[in-house]
Amino acid sequence: MMRPTLLSVEALTMRFGGLTAVDAVSFDVREGEITALIGPNGAGKTTVFNCITGFYKPTAGRITLSQPTGMTMDLAGQPGHLITQNARVARTFQNIRLFSGMTVLENLLVAQHNAVMPNVARGLLAVFGLGDYRSLEATALDKAKHWLSEVGLLARADEPAGSLPYGQQRRLEIARAMCTDPRLLCLDEPAAGLNPRESDELAGLLRKIRDGGCSVLLIEHDMGVVMRISDHVVVLEYGKKISDGDPAHVRNDPKVIAAYLGEDDPEEIAAATQATEAGMPA
Amino acid sequence: MKAALRDAGLSALVALGLFGTMVGLRTDVGAESKLTINPQPVTVAIIVALVFLGRLGMVLWSQNKAKAAPVAKKPSRMPALGRYVAPVLLLIAATLPLYSSRYIIDTGVVVLTYVMLGWGLNIVVGLAGLLDLGYVAFYAVGAYSYALFAQTFGWGFWTCLPLAGILAAFWGMLLGFPVLRLRGDYLAIVTLAFGEIIRVVLLNWTTLTGGPNGISGIPRPTLFGLTFPAGAPEGSFAHFFGLEPSITYRVAYLYYVIFGLALLTNWVSMRLRRLPLGRAWEALREDEIACRALGINVTVTKLTAFAIGAAFGGFAGAFFATRQAFISPESFTFIESAIVLAVVVLGGLGSQLGVALAAIVMIGGGELFRDFNEYRMLIFGVALVVVMVVRPRGLVSGRTPSVTLGEGVKISADMVSQGHG
Repeated sequence: MMRPTLLSVEALTMRFGGLTAVDAVSFDVREGEITALIGPNGAGKTTVFNCITGFYKPTAGRITLSQPTGMTMDLAGQPGHLITQNARVARTFQNIRLFSGMTVLENLLVAQHNAVMPNVARGLLAVFGLGDYRSLEATALDKAKHWLSEVGLLARADEPAGSLPYGQQRRLEIARAMCTDPRLLCLDEPAAGLNPRESDELAGLLRKIRDGGCSVLLIEHDMGVVMRISDHVVVLEYGKKISDGDPAHVRNDPKVIAAYLGEDDPEEIAAATQATEAGMPA
Repeated sequence: MKAALRDAGLSALVALGLFGTMVGLRTDVGAESKLTINPQPVTVAIIVALVFLGRLGMVLWSQNKAKAAPVAKKPSRMPALGRYVAPVLLLIAATLPLYSSRYIIDTGVVVLTYVMLGWGLNIVVGLAGLLDLGYVAFYAVGAYSYALFAQTFGWGFWTCLPLAGILAAFWGMLLGFPVLRLRGDYLAIVTLAFGEIIRVVLLNWTTLTGGPNGISGIPRPTLFGLTFPAGAPEGSFAHFFGLEPSITYRVAYLYYVIFGLALLTNWVSMRLRRLPLGRAWEALREDEIACRALGINVTVTKLTAFAIGAAFGGFAGAFFATRQAFISPESFTFIESAIVLAVVVLGGLGSQLGVALAAIVMIGGGELFRDFNEYRMLIFGVALVVVMVVRPRGLVSGRTPSVTLGEGVKISADMVSQGHG
């Protein structure tokens, strides 16, 4: 059974001057699935991410997100903060971006900023103790505690985020993104720099997030993690999509093997290249 | 030891080159109004010897320190002391006019004005991490707003005070819009220019502001309608309470007005720090891109920081106008911005107590050294350099968490970002 599509990327193209980083890439992210975006270094994975989360304005193409109401929402070119706020797409970064001078708990509360302070006027009224700020803050604290216990950081809640070891910082960044209540969580290399045990924990956490109703789109180099947890894999190379399907399909795709392992059988490579060019739009 | 001697020798040589001409060759007006050169070998020798010994001592000391370095750093005793410093300071500040001379109270008023400006700027620079070199502009807007409202419509201080704050906040937002995309050095330059633009406009818009002549006869604040004149006429404070007429009442009253305003600034910014808005400011200082990824509207967050910081600058400006009873563009030069920024940086970005201490040291300390005349700025500069060498993140560095589950621990300054402008 095919699940309904949540995010649909159609012919997404991103050029930086003369360089085409992403070239007419189309793929779908389905609801309640973990979709992995893989590819060699420089394939354009992070650029796709930045387009989806509003950090780049795509040169061409459409990115649409289907809303629970049945409507679709165009994400391309919207400012980043609105994508998180209205479309409820959250992201993490390849190089961890925590508020390192703030405590773990504060990091999670900042993530709930829009829930606690819906507008500036109410934010200012809170100075005088007016409005429903107190109850909102209490709710936010509860949610923060919930996610802290999910990622096993409850005991370190009052420590500065910058003092945590690397693996915990990764988990904290995921927890922080989850505190924005996303429908789609975009993770940029969440397993980078993790040891095998931490990778296992991460895989468990991502499955739990998916089963909790939040779809996941991740960029990852750790094939062990990708093949184990993904429901759907999209492979990019030099800005173009070369394969798309379930993990078993992708693993056996000759083009993917060629892209990852380099030349082995010259004939196969030639065939793969031909196929790629044939699939290219004129 | 040999290296230290060589180093000291080199320093002495440099000193000889510098002071040999600057100090060693004194020109005096001799006979027939001619300039004659008076060599001062002894003075130069003393200076060079001092430099040699000083440098030698410094190098040896740092060598010793390097040897002792592996020992774990002792935990700073500042936080424990800090618990008592703030209440004691508050108590002294609250009771100062009761036992002090007029001169001391006057100095207190100036110090408190800078404390308030420092706290206001701390919102922008310390919390939101936006380097603002034109803070004096809002001070000027506040002062001129009050002066002009009072002159044109005859409104009193307490009516104009909120208006001055609102107008300054408005100008803060106006400054905020063009600089939203700027960071660091670029932001600093534009804010610097903004401060100068305001001053130059005040200087040249003669019909409105009186130009370089300024505005005089600005009314003094009243206490529920009671005035503070020199004598004791009907309706004055001294007359109402049947007191001996004295000018000290007015000074003391002004002191308590600025004390209250400063406390208000402190209360609002302390409170904001614990609220979502203040947390967003600090998050902005730590990482703007992460803020955007979390759905925080960076534009609105920056503008509120500029506006609220500016509003307190406006309050302080209105107070300045009413205290001086005369304002002119000369009071709002760049040096004022620089002093306020120095107060914030010296005190420790984001630290309320640090800013208060720094204002006392810089402004009050400046008064202490008044007798040294031209050496005052020298002492001042040396003191600043020494403090920044010893405590590079300000007198009170580090950050207290705004919310904790258990017992909060102060976050060391190395961890806290200083903002990228």
